[in-house]
Amino acid sequence: MLEKALKGSKTYWVWIIFLLAVMGAGSIFYIIQLQKGLTVTGMGRDVSWGFYIAQFTYFVGVAASAVMLVLPLYLHNQKKFEKMVTLGEFMAVAAVVICMGFVVVDLGQPQRMLNMIFHPTLNSMLFYDMIVLSGYLLLNIIIAWNNLHAEYQRRPHPHWLKPLIYLSIVWAVSIHTVTAYLIQGLPARHLWLTAIMAPRFLASAFCSGPAILIILALIAKKFTRYDPGKEAIRILAQIVTYAMVTNVFLFLCELFTAYYSNIPGHEHILTYFFTGLHGANALVGWAWVMAAAAILSLVILVPSRFRNHPDMLLVGLVLLILATWIDKGLLLIVGGFIPNPMGTITEYAPTGYELMISAMVYATGLLILTILWKVAIGVKKEIGEA
Amino acid sequence: MGSNRRQFLRIAGITTLLGLGGGITLSASSYKPQSDPAQENEKRLRAGRWGMVIDMRKFPKDPEERQRVFDRIIEACHSTNNVPEGEAKPIQEVKWIWKDHFEHVFPGKENPFLAERVEQSEFLLLCNHCKNPPCVRVCPTQATYKREDGIVQMDFHRCIGCRYCMAGCPYGSRSFNFCDPGPYVKDKNPDFPVRMRGVVEKCLFCYQRLEEGKQPACVEASNGALIFGDLDDPDSHIRQVLRENYTVRRKVDLGTEPSVFYIV
Ligand code: SF4
Ligand code: SF4
Repeated sequence: MLEKALKGSKTYWVWIIFLLAVMGAGSIFYIIQLQKGLTVTGMGRDVSWGFYIAQFTYFVGVAASAVMLVLPLYLHNQKKFEKMVTLGEFMAVAAVVICMGFVVVDLGQPQRMLNMIFHPTLNSMLFYDMIVLSGYLLLNIIIAWNNLHAEYQRRPHPHWLKPLIYLSIVWAVSIHTVTAYLIQGLPARHLWLTAIMAPRFLASAFCSGPAILIILALIAKKFTRYDPGKEAIRILAQIVTYAMVTNVFLFLCELFTAYYSNIPGHEHILTYFFTGLHGANALVGWAWVMAAAAILSLVILVPSRFRNHPDMLLVGLVLLILATWIDKGLLLIVGGFIPNPMGTITEYAPTGYELMISAMVYATGLLILTILWKVAIGVKKEIGEA
Repeated sequence: MGSNRRQFLRIAGITTLLGLGGGITLSASSYKPQSDPAQENEKRLRAGRWGMVIDMRKFPKDPEERQRVFDRIIEACHSTNNVPEGEAKPIQEVKWIWKDHFEHVFPGKENPFLAERVEQSEFLLLCNHCKNPPCVRVCPTQATYKREDGIVQMDFHRCIGCRYCMAGCPYGSRSFNFCDPGPYVKDKNPDFPVRMRGVVEKCLFCYQRLEEGKQPACVEASNGALIFGDLDDPDSHIRQVLRENYTVRRKVDLGTEPSVFYIV
């Protein structure tokens, strides 16, 4: 089955080589970072997590691509998702690999990272996050690969996978919850210390993950003529819309609590985002792009007239991805460190090193995604599902 | 079926390899547990819970002179503990004990009509060796842990540099070695390790000096303005000071129970 990844068009190979080149270029920067230390990044004693950890939190959300197909398919028997579900599961695999990559490049002593296993620490949320993420990775590889292989051999899906599939639904919720718990239980980080952090992670995940999945599926359709099914995309877009409405609603709840209570600790960071605070305003532009993109995406996605129009849908989804990425992949993590525990502000911007190393991690994920999807689509076309 | 499993393993292997890079490969062989330095000896100072009182009244009134005393104390700590100074990037600086203004030391406790002597003075800050330390709660490797005597200790050889503890500490007491600290340590103290790049560090209440029966370096350099002792012993000098004076601690509302007290 894997041989499907070795036969491809010229475009396919150009793409693969491009990804390998990005990985190669990025790894040069990573090697320098390993030698010099994280001093090559824009992080410091105040903003001690930056772009890497922010990408990590965003891609935990992207991994939700699978569950939004698995759940309707297996719990509500929505057969229309059958053709797309493998793509969703494989995308989850790539997303989790990206997550793990970002955690590793953020470590000061990556060669010691197995200390997390040698000295399991039950009171650390990072320990649980490691477990839920690797578990989710394994579940999705096992489920998607075995189902696909059964299809390849024109046999029914193996029965023993059923319990694992149900487990993967619950498990998907756990990865967002535990990742939110990673930050929401820390005293004195005002932006994070909110009980709706986990619900916000779930809402954001359930819109951004499937949104990216739809776009990638449409791209794949263009290149491979594999049609995941109009109905599947239509329903998925609906799910994305509901999740985004919830996501925006929860964010507005945060705004209300902060400004109506008038408690400085709650207000400061939001004020910093949207207008700047004490002259520091590095993220103001981003915050407003986020707000505008979020509102526009809802304007396009909520009315079914627009949402069901293929081009409009695409625009709406791109805006949605932009908004959720700025929210989680940029503001959320950095915002937890501003102001610092002394009430002063140190601003943060990623350096070229951080961006290149991030590109390396992204390219790795995309390479895995390309190969897995190539195999999946190859098999599905062969058995005549296309 | 056999080929199915082989292919599955192969794909799982490829994904893992690509994803984790070479990161984990060396891990097992490079880990050396740090031996517990707390060996038995008679000189050693012991306590149920070490604590400190910073008596601001005992520092000189004159602002400049006061600065000088602060700097002397900071210098005593940093040279004893090989704390790097003057790093290339100031936002990545390492510090164990430092000074700052009232509104930064006690955020939320300031008011627009603060007494002049409080408003104009700086205060010393260091790790509070909290009784309920969030840094210990979050650390995924127990590289930061609480000792029997209340000192929140670091194992520099176990720390993976995830910096979760820095996000967890509500007092900004922790520093990360963004670069190799070696070149920035002047006059190395050969009796204490210089840390490596990529690990977190902070004040350790000079546990190595307590071992030898000595007070922490800052306390020794403070002419009695810093009082160090056993909070669990009702007859200790520090408990007497706490009994007789009104003291405050930083951010008590967070439930961390700091062991450093201030007489303002
Ligand atoms: S002050 Fe910070 S570093 Fe020190 S024990 Fe408390 S939480 Fe940990
Ligand atoms: S940086 Fe080191 S001490 Fe801090 S939480 Fe991570 S492993 Fe523990």
